Amino acid sequence: MMALPTILHNTGKEGDHKEGNHKGVSLQTPSQTVGPYFAYGLTAAQYGYDFDQIANDVLVADDVPGDRIHIVGRVFDGKNEVIPDAMIEVWQPDIKAFGRMGTGTDPKNRFHFETVKPQSVDDQAPHLVLIVLMRGLLVHAYTRIYFSDESATNAQDAVLNSVPDERRDTLIAQKQIVNGRTEYHFDIHMQGEAETAFFDV
Amino acid sequence: MENKRDWSVHPPYLSPGYKSTVLRAPSKPLIPIKHTLSERGGPVFGMDSIGALDNDLTKNGIKNAEPLGERIVVAGRVIDELGRPVRNTLVEVWQANAAGRYIHKVDQHAAPIDPNFLGGGRCLTDDEGYYKFYTIKPGAYPWGNHPNAWRPNHIHFSLFGLNITNRLVTQMYFPGDPLLQYDPIYLGVPEKSRELMVSKFTLDLTEPDFALGYQFDIVLRGHNETPFENR
Ligand SMILES: [Fe+3]
Repeated sequence: MMALPTILHNTGKEGDHKEGNHKGVSLQTPSQTVGPYFAYGLTAAQYGYDFDQIANDVLVADDVPGDRIHIVGRVFDGKNEVIPDAMIEVWQPDIKAFGRMGTGTDPKNRFHFETVKPQSVDDQAPHLVLIVLMRGLLVHAYTRIYFSDESATNAQDAVLNSVPDERRDTLIAQKQIVNGRTEYHFDIHMQGEAETAFFDV
Repeated sequence: MENKRDWSVHPPYLSPGYKSTVLRAPSKPLIPIKHTLSERGGPVFGMDSIGALDNDLTKNGIKNAEPLGERIVVAGRVIDELGRPVRNTLVEVWQANAAGRYIHKVDQHAAPIDPNFLGGGRCLTDDEGYYKFYTIKPGAYPWGNHPNAWRPNHIHFSLFGLNITNRLVTQMYFPGDPLLQYDPIYLGVPEKSRELMVSKFTLDLTEPDFALGYQFDIVLRGHNETPFENR
């Protein structure tokens, strides 16, 4: 049964919320865009504001064992123009690490993350979880980064296999050795031919 | 039902009244995903992430005087869909100053910057899911979406919850704001859930001779989860 369109506010008692489809179940608070002005609140140090931030583009401390890798990419809109005001968050499940970076400070509007190459968890191919936020995106987008040098495990990955064949490549970061360091390139396309596969998580 | 986003309450990606969605909204259908360990985990932030003044925006940007504007308390409870408190979760906020100006470098609105107001803050919810901020009531500001477009007064909120699928970024509005009915970002949300983003003025939170109180409760996803599986 739908509740009446009046909002009830919490007074500290349980069940004092607008009800959803099930009795005693509150409706989720709706999502809104992160807007163009998140930088000094969420990524203040990166953008040079006088405030710290809870996560940045380095996911691991120097002494964490593993193969050091760099994820590098850009975000493109439906006209294939680079988006300079997106914010990317990365969750790395195997080592429980988190990163956050805006695309507004790099001269080419890239995001980049430094971490160790993920290990397989839950019988899945190694991957990173990605959250994409920006002005014009009313609900953040959820996707994953897989790795081009893991083709054998990628072929077995249930999530990757749930993506239509022709879109699977949009989730695979391409390995390159640049100046002796291992980079994986991963561009995000919001729309168009190369639109990144986003998940309804 | 597996801890799903309830699309009947969230805005659609494409919401043409809000022009920036036109080239940025994913155009292909989202692909369903069965949750794995990767979706059942998420970052956990501790008190070491929070500075002493982080939840007091009336103090954390002070250079030489108090910030100008109407001092307010914004507080509420973060719960899941079954009304259970979401404990010790990170809440981040950012907002314009009393004049409707962000400190952000690309905000060119011709309203004064307040040298004593930054507009960013964060805190953790307590063991019952409650959070509290002291701040200055943000002003409305114009934006280029359409002729004479003004954003209603709002505070941006970012929350994590128990796992990465519960991540929520939203905006808190103020009761009775005449701009709400013209705001395509607010109106992008289905009618039945819009008011969930509107805070409530309450004397219970109002501090005598100090600050007006606004209550804003937030409901995150996650009613089908085992409460401790992610910890
Ligand atoms: Fe805003």
